[in-house]
Amino acid sequence: MNKNIYFDNAATTFLDDAVYEAMKPYFEGHFGNPSSIYQYCQTAKQGITEAREQVAAGINASAGEIYFTSGGSESDNWAIIGTAFAKRSKGNHLITTKIEHHAVLHTIEYLEKKHGFTATYLDVDQEGLVNPEDLKKALTPETILVSVMLANNEIGTIQPVADLVQITKEYDPKIYFHTDAVQALGTIPLDVQALGVDLLTITAHKAYGPKGVGALYIKKGVVIDNLIHGGGQEKGKRAGTENVAGIVGFGKAAELFTADVVERNLKIKELRDHLINRATAEIEGIVINGSLEHRLPGNSNFSVKRIEGEALILSLDHYGIAASSGSACTSGSLDPSHVLLAIGLDHGTAHGSLRVSLGKDNTKEEIDFFIDKLILIAQKLRAISPL
Amino acid sequence: MYSKKVMEHFMEPHNVGEIEDADGIGEVGNAKCGDIMKMYIKIDGDIVSDIKFKTFGCASAIASSSIATDLIKGKTITDALALTNQDVVDSLDGLPPVKVHCSVLAEQAFKSAVKDYADKNNIDIPELRDFVPDEDHH
Ligand SMILES: Cc1ncc(COP(=O)(O)O)c(C=O)c1O
Ligand SMILES: [Zn+2]
Repeated sequence: MNKNIYFDNAATTFLDDAVYEAMKPYFEGHFGNPSSIYQYCQTAKQGITEAREQVAAGINASAGEIYFTSGGSESDNWAIIGTAFAKRSKGNHLITTKIEHHAVLHTIEYLEKKHGFTATYLDVDQEGLVNPEDLKKALTPETILVSVMLANNEIGTIQPVADLVQITKEYDPKIYFHTDAVQALGTIPLDVQALGVDLLTITAHKAYGPKGVGALYIKKGVVIDNLIHGGGQEKGKRAGTENVAGIVGFGKAAELFTADVVERNLKIKELRDHLINRATAEIEGIVINGSLEHRLPGNSNFSVKRIEGEALILSLDHYGIAASSGSACTSGSLDPSHVLLAIGLDHGTAHGSLRVSLGKDNTKEEIDFFIDKLILIAQKLRAISPL
Repeated sequence: MYSKKVMEHFMEPHNVGEIEDADGIGEVGNAKCGDIMKMYIKIDGDIVSDIKFKTFGCASAIASSSIATDLIKGKTITDALALTNQDVVDSLDGLPPVKVHCSVLAEQAFKSAVKDYADKNNIDIPELRDFVPDEDHH
């Protein structure tokens, strides 16, 4: 039996029907350039204005603090490079963690290599949590930015960002705090006031919106350099004719999926817990990676002993199940996931990891089908293995 | 990403298992990449009369082991040793460039098994005089 089961919602989510409906008019009739002044284009402009309000409401910001971008990667780049260049006269030290998304890590490495900045990469414990004491020790008079992700994309660990912001601001209120909240939008309540951050990254395609559109929240009063130079869009801070349909879709998704975020994710968490319980009870040599307590509701990440990740993913694919792995053999490089290594897994164990990330439409039947197949696959691959 | 042939050999690998009274056993691998391959051979005169394998690794490593054992079985030791990693890749209708390294293991595992057989029986196999399993290649 071949099903179509999607368990890779941390990679991207499907486009919700209502979101698609909201976008459609902007592909069909409303093609005007929002910068033009004739009537024709006012609808496009209005669509963007409304979307800005919807996104702002979704994270408890005001509309004036939302800047649309091409997605999470651009927002991360902008927040980090924009802060670094704006504050370079104050200092050259950046602080982040070892488990950030590459959009953050590679940007900071670039600033180190090419622009003379220095960086501290905070360790995490075996659950993937940053120790606030480590941040305290890392802060220096040269520090200009702290960037710590709110929720991790591989193991789902949720960081105590509000506490980390407080520590940073107590040391020096002029240090900017950025958080990558890409995995948090639509999965946990998101409130920039409660977090106290200066800069926050979100993207539409992890919350049932379209790909290629995101936003950077820039708190009122926070000043960073531009990343994309050109025309005067986004109040002169981010050039480029707006991705109108995408932005409208992002707005709709933010409205729909932040409204009932707690209730919806309670159901997802129940399913996720059922999945973890069955997997750990019925399959020998399987352990859950990350924190059970501080964890995104839809995320599960396992190490399956004596099974290689890519072989596992392809076997699941044979049954129509889409999931992902931290295996090097799935990534095209020889290095397994930096996140799994940072929480202390050895190379071999990191190769056998399996991430199952649930979304709003997954069902218990799908999970039971998956576990049944996982049992078979584990038996089969272990029978082939010399270990 | 993979050819149909790779998927067939990955899903239903041929010659999986161990040979109880093997004449030679070869094990190669690299803990860092993760793939580990163990090959068992039975020699009859100068013919590789039976061959079995066990592999821990990705689909490319498993499919390579499977097709390599198909290619080797029934050949003379000399002919079998002449097979290369490229023959394995070609028989699989190609491998993605980043996965070619996983197929090298099959050639290495077989050579190790033949070397084990030769060492045990004090046989000199000219092709293997300089053979050192290439641990770091994978
Ligand atoms: C934590 C995190 N940050 C950033 C990104 C990049 O977002 P985007 O794909 O919209 O550029 C992703 C998604 O892959 C992510 O999971
Ligand atoms: Zn491999």
